[in-house]
Amino acid sequence: MSAVVCEAVCRTFHQGDALITGLDHVSLEIQPGEFLCLSGPSGSGKTTLLNAIGALDTPDGGEITVGGQRLGSLSRAELAELRLRRIGFVFQAYNLIPVLTARENVEFVMQVQGLSAARRRAVADEMLAAVGLAGLEERRPAQLSGGQQQRVAVARAVASGPDLVLADEPTANLDSHSSAHLMDLFEQLNGERGVTFVIATHDPGVMGYARRLVRMLDGRVVADEAQTPQRMAHE
Amino acid sequence: MNLTWVLAWRNLWRHRRRTWLTVGAMLFCNVLLVFLISLQLGSYQVMIDNSLALFSGHLQVQQADYRADQRLRDTVPQVTALAEEMRGQLDAVGVAARGQAFALASSEERSFGIQITGVQPAYEPLVSSLPGLVAQGRYLQPDDSDAIVVGAVLARNLRVAPGDALTFIGSGRDGSIAAGIATVVGILDSGIPEVDRGMAQVPLAWFQDVFAMGEAGHAVVVRMAHLEQVQAAVATTRGLLPAEENLAVLDWDALQPGLRQAIQSDMASAWFMYAVLILLVAFSVLNTQLMSVMERTHEFGVMLALGLGPGRLARLVAMETMLLSLLGLALGLLCGALLVAYLSVAGFTYPGMEELAARFNMAGRIYPEFSVVALTWGPLVVFVFCLLAAIYPALSLFRLAPVSAMRAAR
Repeated sequence: MSAVVCEAVCRTFHQGDALITGLDHVSLEIQPGEFLCLSGPSGSGKTTLLNAIGALDTPDGGEITVGGQRLGSLSRAELAELRLRRIGFVFQAYNLIPVLTARENVEFVMQVQGLSAARRRAVADEMLAAVGLAGLEERRPAQLSGGQQQRVAVARAVASGPDLVLADEPTANLDSHSSAHLMDLFEQLNGERGVTFVIATHDPGVMGYARRLVRMLDGRVVADEAQTPQRMAHE
Repeated sequence: MNLTWVLAWRNLWRHRRRTWLTVGAMLFCNVLLVFLISLQLGSYQVMIDNSLALFSGHLQVQQADYRADQRLRDTVPQVTALAEEMRGQLDAVGVAARGQAFALASSEERSFGIQITGVQPAYEPLVSSLPGLVAQGRYLQPDDSDAIVVGAVLARNLRVAPGDALTFIGSGRDGSIAAGIATVVGILDSGIPEVDRGMAQVPLAWFQDVFAMGEAGHAVVVRMAHLEQVQAAVATTRGLLPAEENLAVLDWDALQPGLRQAIQSDMASAWFMYAVLILLVAFSVLNTQLMSVMERTHEFGVMLALGLGPGRLARLVAMETMLLSLLGLALGLLCGALLVAYLSVAGFTYPGMEELAARFNMAGRIYPEFSVVALTWGPLVVFVFCLLAAIYPALSLFRLAPVSAMRAAR
């Protein structure tokens, strides 16, 4: 079963009197364990597609299936449950909860999932150690660098055990060193845990990590090609 | 510990000043409510005590039909013996027997209709504040016989002063003509013209003799130390009454029904003021929570994206409001209780109050009621209304869509 199937997905937006095409009949099939990059210039539809796949936005037309579940047939509560249990998000701006510590940020989604306090803590510490933040568990986001915050966000996205991680410009606010570390981490999690990664980026260094590169332009998929991954150099 | 509670608590302190301002409004409102309600209940106690102390007492034993018609023949037999027995059985401040009749009082110059009351001079000061309101002369004494004290307005109308003789004529219990001459020994000034215009008191024994009452009278009046003791005293007194006589025990509410109505009316108007105060505080909480939700739209969008449903977000806002309100409740109760505890011992007065009260032989200070009801009633209503104020901000979260919420400025 495919991790994600998009069939002729369309999304338009109103901007004043103008109708903007966000997605124009996008069809895409992503297999479990893939490491895929969506690339393209700003306004090409990368984020719109990620939002639609992540059940954050509803397309005007077409059908999206995630883990065998057709999003169009799910209620608002069921979509929230799908996001909670099967999808992890990494945002460009980290989006950590500022009043919670690094550990609590990672634990928070697991608590909503209903895990016990002991289990949450163990998983959170394990994930923070895995992303290289052992010893920083009690720090709040404001006490961490941008790269460290993004790693907490990755730990949060993966700790809940999702099948699919959607990352929207995850390196946009990071320096090249932090970007390389983050992408190494993604690759490691993909390899070790079999998590499917879909990353929207226009950073060529990030694209180099992908084994499949989907290029978008004006809301359409203009190229979909397999490639040999190339890691960024750590400066 | 549940992370949602941790999050709710820490969210409160993102804007310390705003939180403290809101808690301060709740604290002020709660302390004010605790003080005002305690004072109000305490003042009712004073109001009841003062009203009852003037004449009627906390309870009376009367012939069952007497209150409606006040007929001379509707008597309590062996009234002084019954009063003596009640004195032994009740833990009362005072128990006194009385007889009452209407008569025409005449001085050398004028005549007026009066209500003449036979009292036990030794016990009457224990049940009534009138004996302490002598403006001229003195009050009746136990060994007095044909002595009379009259109200100040009546004395002025009859143009009598202590030492003058007063003749009165009326109807005896047996239908005979009751007539007597008494010497005015004192003039009472209650400050209430209606009372002072028709009041006259004579010794009960002499009253019984003149009005052919035998050993009978019309009432046994009881004054208790506290209002709460009245119902128990009513029950005890009922057990003392001879079954063959048609006697009734009337408590203060039956004796002065207007008093409760006056209190209820006062409470209704006070609660209107309290309601305005509570609504103002509830709107302050509404404003705080609405601002708090609006400025966190982006964060709520992220939480929705992470898989939290709007119901969980609404619960978070409700928790924050509950913690905020609990803080206001706890601090308000603490400060209010300390204030009322002090005033319930020291008493509360305002300029001129003590002088005014002394004029009417009444307590010059109000002691706020230190009770669970007085302390918790207002703050709990504030608490509930503050919780209700969270409904609108919480419901607004159900309209949030993750993508548009995340586009909101941080």
